[in-house]
Amino acid sequence: MAENIPMLALSPTMEEGVIVKWIKHQGDIVAQGDILCEVETDKAVMEYESPAEGTLLRITAAQGQSIAIGETIAVIGAQDEQIETPQKPKQQEVLTEEVPRKNIPQPPKTSMPPLATAKLRSSPLARKLAELHGLDISSVKGTGPEGRVIEADVKQAIPKTPAATPPLSRPDDEVIEITPKRKLIAKTLAGSKFTSPHYYLKVNVIADSLIATRQKHNAESDHKISLNAFLIKFVAEVMQRHPVINSSWQDDKIVQHRTCDIALAVSQPDGLIAPVVRQCHTKSLTQIDSELKALVEKTHAGSLTSADYANSTFTISNLGSFGIDEFTAIINPPNSAILAVGKISKQPVVGDDEKIQIHQCMALTLSCDHRLIDGAIGAIFLTDLKEMIENPRQ
Amino acid sequence: MNSPDITKYDKSFLSSLLQQMLLIRRFEEKAAQMYGLRKIGGFCHIYIGQEAVCTGAIATVDLAKDYIITAYRDHGHALTVGMDPKVVMAELFGKITGCCRGKGGSMHLFDEQKHFYGGHGIVGSHIPLATGMAVKIKYKNEDGVVLCFFGDGAIHQGSFHEALNMAGLWKLPIVYICENNQYGMGTDFRRASAVNELSKLAASYNMPGSRVDGMDVLAVYQSVTDAVKLARERSKPSLLEIRTYRYLGHSMSDPATYRTKKEVAKYKSQDPIVILRDRMTAAGMFTEDEYVVMDKDCKSIVTEAIDFAEQSKNPEIETLYEDILAETQE
Amino acid sequence: MPEITYREALNQAIDEEMARDDRVFLIGEEVALYNGAYKVSRGLYDKYGEKRVIDTPITEGGFTGIGIGAAMAGLRPVVEWMTFNFSIQALDQVINNAAKMRYMSGGQFKLPIVFRGPNGPAEYLAAQHSQALAAFYAHTPGLLVISPATPYDAKGLLKSAIRNDNPVVMMEAELLYNTKGDVPKEEYLVPIGKADIKRSGTDVTLITFGKVLHLAVSAAEQLQAEGVSAEVLDLRSLRPLDEEAIVASVAKTGRCVVIDESCPVASVGSYVAWLVSNKCFDILDAQVELVAGLDVPMPYNHRLELQVQPSAEKIVTAVKKVLYKN
Repeated sequence: MAENIPMLALSPTMEEGVIVKWIKHQGDIVAQGDILCEVETDKAVMEYESPAEGTLLRITAAQGQSIAIGETIAVIGAQDEQIETPQKPKQQEVLTEEVPRKNIPQPPKTSMPPLATAKLRSSPLARKLAELHGLDISSVKGTGPEGRVIEADVKQAIPKTPAATPPLSRPDDEVIEITPKRKLIAKTLAGSKFTSPHYYLKVNVIADSLIATRQKHNAESDHKISLNAFLIKFVAEVMQRHPVINSSWQDDKIVQHRTCDIALAVSQPDGLIAPVVRQCHTKSLTQIDSELKALVEKTHAGSLTSADYANSTFTISNLGSFGIDEFTAIINPPNSAILAVGKISKQPVVGDDEKIQIHQCMALTLSCDHRLIDGAIGAIFLTDLKEMIENPRQ
Repeated sequence: MNSPDITKYDKSFLSSLLQQMLLIRRFEEKAAQMYGLRKIGGFCHIYIGQEAVCTGAIATVDLAKDYIITAYRDHGHALTVGMDPKVVMAELFGKITGCCRGKGGSMHLFDEQKHFYGGHGIVGSHIPLATGMAVKIKYKNEDGVVLCFFGDGAIHQGSFHEALNMAGLWKLPIVYICENNQYGMGTDFRRASAVNELSKLAASYNMPGSRVDGMDVLAVYQSVTDAVKLARERSKPSLLEIRTYRYLGHSMSDPATYRTKKEVAKYKSQDPIVILRDRMTAAGMFTEDEYVVMDKDCKSIVTEAIDFAEQSKNPEIETLYEDILAETQE
Repeated sequence: MPEITYREALNQAIDEEMARDDRVFLIGEEVALYNGAYKVSRGLYDKYGEKRVIDTPITEGGFTGIGIGAAMAGLRPVVEWMTFNFSIQALDQVINNAAKMRYMSGGQFKLPIVFRGPNGPAEYLAAQHSQALAAFYAHTPGLLVISPATPYDAKGLLKSAIRNDNPVVMMEAELLYNTKGDVPKEEYLVPIGKADIKRSGTDVTLITFGKVLHLAVSAAEQLQAEGVSAEVLDLRSLRPLDEEAIVASVAKTGRCVVIDESCPVASVGSYVAWLVSNKCFDILDAQVELVAGLDVPMPYNHRLELQVQPSAEKIVTAVKKVLYKN
């Protein structure tokens, strides 16, 4: 009967062998022990001796071919024998196949005999810790092997000052996975708040002139300009005089920016984003407004790219439209300051003549990074801004 | 020593020798293949080329009263004492159905019932054991003898000299058989021994020593018969150097590059199986057809052994702690 | 009860077992005509003859292996090593053959054989003749290892060892051979694997075996005078260890000192100390102390060699440490 000749492991580590050369050819008569072919293992070229005698009926592995151990490389049999196409080798049973581990056997005598003692099981560290805290160790419930009191048990038992922290979650809470965007917001703002020492300056601005100017402009022109565009323009103007405000803290250096790229915080369902109007100091109000409108549209469409929101030099956050009177904002890195804008509302104002008058008023709060901006610098910037808003020039 | 006249022996005896050698050859060829297929692991020492030694030697003894012990190239001896090829192959596979329940492997085959005392892995370490077995025979005034096989590498271990000294001193019924396959692992025995004629060592221990052609099964049979007779009848030990040759490397991981192709071919041309077959044929005692049938039988025995080993189970983990100590019968 | 020496106790054990079972024989250097290097076999050659009391050449590996082969084939040899220092020559036979034969044959063979002789330091013998080698044998699965300290235990354990169907390594001591103790006239056996409380106490457990047991007992007596009640547990068997007895005693006292004359690294004593630390973790009041031989080869000079070995003083110091008394 014809015999399939398998590839063998000719080195202890080989997984497959390459047939370098067939010494015998199809139709040759071979004796047991004749060299059939040369096989390159992972170590060397080895001669493959025939395990059978007869006629080399078929060579099934070509020269140069790499053959896995167990796969047929040739068939040897009687001269006229009909042979079937060699089959794939049977799935090899692995020598180390595991018998199902039901009971891991134990050496004959290693069981721990029960302790004939009423003494409590406890670790030396637990005992030491209990003593340190004046705790009776026998009152502590052990969670270690066979009820051993361990360090964690004693720590648990040490009386704590009543904790104010409420439990982190309740049974009916919904747990929401954090989105990458939320994660970024959290990381950026936490980083800012915890590394930049913030302080806050607040002014109340009379917005009568601003409102009048805007109304006048919008009545005369087809291009209606938003309040935020005005604020951006004013900030850019004033910042030209106060370059420290337009700076970034970078490691142990301060980088003062020549261009004035102002971001506006825009709320989105999945979190805040702040698109940037570039080069505001060089642009007209109309230009700023157009760009701002385009950016806000893009924001709502979700098509902002990082070029639209990265690398601002200053940020404005306006919560006036939400009815907020005034608030403080967290600096948007790498900025050194942020302006928080409250809603415009009519307020009684005591004038220089000590008479009370009603004005349209607006609260501005500037958050500054004290590493760069000292209080006086921030104050002068803010009062200059107030001055410009109250007396806008065309 | 000249080969004995073949016509002195009857056909069935000669056929049994031929069949035994052929069975070992076919078994070993498959064992080597199974090693290559990673069914057998670890150290696996193949006996091909040396078949005449254990076949001719073990044919001289009666295993009801005599004992056999050898080193780690032990598959041939195990088969020749009559162990079932199935349980031998299963042991090589490490299966629970193996003769040692998968705990011994290739180097540690045993069959206490058949007086086959191993299967030993430490070179020369079993020679004192064999001598102790001969002490038991003498102590109990029994009629048995011990055949102790070892390689040419073992002959320089202290254990060989210590044991032979006491065997000579106490006149023990034992035959020490050095299977000189000419290489102690990769070292030519002439590079390891102060004397090339290893049987000369017998002189130190007051016992006869001689060299035998190990490729001629009848020469082996005749020499061991004489040595066994001396041991059995006169309780005298002897040392035989049986010169033989292994066709393959020391173990399956040895490519045997320290030998020339010419040398290997020379020994293959005096193959013990071919020699006996041709002489029987020439004497008109055997035909080509008979050989074909015999070979087919041997091959199918080996195939069955492999199937048996394949289908057998691995030992349960629980067996780990079994067979360490005996339950004392008192 | 008659008081006899440890040597006589061993002699009685071998004699009685040889009389009882004709498969038992004694083999070793100088055991026959010379009556034994330490006279343990005195009179046995005269009584049993050269067939059963066999002098060998100086060839430890050889006659140890011969004993193992004879045991495989059904005899019950008692192999005497003149000292355990020379047993190193036969280590291959004991570890590779005696201990492994049953296992690697899948349970086909029994090996009823005893290897015995004096172990540990005596006096003025220097590095090669003063070694405590318990760990070499106790380390090896497939062996039983015993180390009796009294004539009573020596006789009872040796008789059990000869009747056991497994290889037993028995460690005696040159300095024990002349010690005396009560041994009953009636036949008795001491089971292998059972420890023995040689002295009862409540404050600390001293765990030991072999010759140094006597140091532990004398330390316990000194401590008694200082109001410390020490329990002395004699292991007697090193393989298998009587874990139950160890744990029970330490459970009672909560403190433990282990005494082993061997070098300390990877010794029986260090294993027992680990065992106590592990099994009695919750009830120990102090770390486990080990009083061992110093980690040096044995010197010849007497002052130096005494310094190397455990002493009652060293044991007392260790006990005070675990009692927080210094």
